[in-house]
Amino acid sequence: MERYEIRLSGSGGQGLILAGKILAEAAAIYEGLNAVQTQSYGPEARGGASKAEVVISDGEIEYPKAIELDLLLALTQESCLKYSSDLKKGGILIIDSSFVKELPKGDFRIYSAPINEIAVDKVGKAVVTNIVALGILTKISKVISEDSVKKAILARVPKGTEELNMKAFDEGFKAGEELLS
Amino acid sequence: MENDSSGQIRMMQGNQACAEGALAAGCRFFAGYPITPSSEIAEHLSVALPKLGGKFIQMEDEIAAMGAIIGASLAGMKSLTATSGPGFSLKQENIGYAGMAEVPCVVINVMRGGPSTGMPTLPAQMDVQQARWGSHGDRGVIVLVADSAQESYEQTIRAFNLAEKYMTPVILLLDEIVGHTTEKVIIPERSEYEIIDRKKPDLPPDKYLPYRETEDLIPVLATFGTGYKYNVTGLCHNETGFPTNDPAIIGAQIKRLTDKIIIHKKDIIRNRMVMLEDAEIAIFAYGSVARSARSALAKCREAGIKAGLFQPTVLWPFPEDDIREVAGRVKGFVVPEMNMGQMAREVERACRRDTPVHRLNRVDGQPITPGEIVDLIKGVV
Repeated sequence: MERYEIRLSGSGGQGLILAGKILAEAAAIYEGLNAVQTQSYGPEARGGASKAEVVISDGEIEYPKAIELDLLLALTQESCLKYSSDLKKGGILIIDSSFVKELPKGDFRIYSAPINEIAVDKVGKAVVTNIVALGILTKISKVISEDSVKKAILARVPKGTEELNMKAFDEGFKAGEELLS
Repeated sequence: MENDSSGQIRMMQGNQACAEGALAAGCRFFAGYPITPSSEIAEHLSVALPKLGGKFIQMEDEIAAMGAIIGASLAGMKSLTATSGPGFSLKQENIGYAGMAEVPCVVINVMRGGPSTGMPTLPAQMDVQQARWGSHGDRGVIVLVADSAQESYEQTIRAFNLAEKYMTPVILLLDEIVGHTTEKVIIPERSEYEIIDRKKPDLPPDKYLPYRETEDLIPVLATFGTGYKYNVTGLCHNETGFPTNDPAIIGAQIKRLTDKIIIHKKDIIRNRMVMLEDAEIAIFAYGSVARSARSALAKCREAGIKAGLFQPTVLWPFPEDDIREVAGRVKGFVVPEMNMGQMAREVERACRRDTPVHRLNRVDGQPITPGEIVDLIKGVV
């Protein structure tokens, strides 16, 4: 695989950096690819803009940050408008329709799902929004297998929350299937 | 419990790799005060050190933390502190004390933007001259730099080795990008790397003089509590370690603090030379910017531009002779860095105005991209 660039964006405290680490570990440990994860956040503990980037490649990854995005996940209106111009032609934009009301214009494919609502209503906890998003992203991007992402989630999440996180991933994956059908 | 993770491939942040490298080097004492973007080093060691019988102390501030590692080192422990931004400024006085008293220890500074509180979460390379000249007085220093999680692991081991070998504080610089980039690290087997421990006195306590001048200019400091008694002070001192006002002794002591690094610079300096053999233009880059430079290099070569990379992994002592040698064969240097040109000045000095040096500086907390470096090189060529 040539260089594939993913940016997960939203606000601080939404678990995007953890989601980025899970994706990178899924690619590097369970798929045998090279993966590099970087992060950018503000000085606040919560709130403020936050983003995590994952670059995946079967070759060496020198420059660790994203340059032209293959995929952008935007959980807030602000991050959607700020970063959508970094998408390459034909790239994938996944938005949380619970919060993103104004859609950006550009030469990319938009997939819209109520990610936060799925976490709250179907899984029962807003805290797993990031894992629901990973489910959708996994289904739509097809870069990393469902199996590898699940293994990486289980290796990372706190003991006792495995079931909750698997349910969150499955609900996201299902939402992704509906978006593609 | 032994550290038995060798031979594994693991995903690690640069900061975590520093912590793991420190453990592999034999570090069993950490004192620090958490500060972004270095906190993960302390966080990781607070869990790992007690399991290995080591000590982790969160001190009241950075000054005390630096003092604590000096004390622990005199008691024979390989000791580490880690910090960022204003914390690095606070440590300077005691770094100078360790330099003066010749106490081996390692200080990791994960560089963020300044001045002052500046940019707590954003990358910079603004402390490269502070690492050299930050504490007052005149002495030789050793400063290493790392560009990846793998190199963070390896350079932390090297920092401890150089500290123990040359009896001096060694500074390892990461920038926020390196510290916070998670990527593969191949944990080397124990047989693949060297571990250096400081020399022990070969004289009995009644004949021992800690700061007696030796052929290699490196003192032999006995571990406290082993029967050897001597004085440790930040004042200029004689070979017993007690203060002196004798100009001849003072002059020799201060000169030796510089000379002990300079006469060994060939052993200390390490550079990575990439495609420099036929290069017409050389990029001088270190830390995370060296990664951008390697990407830029590939793009330049595709475009038929003969570019090469001079990447120091030791910033101080500065690789002046090596730069001078390369300067004689290239038409110019390009120096991208996340500061206002701190190392570019050193490259210019080494080139002695015979070879033009082109600067590329970013101080807005954003990384220098490969594209920016390519554009500058195209403009120069």
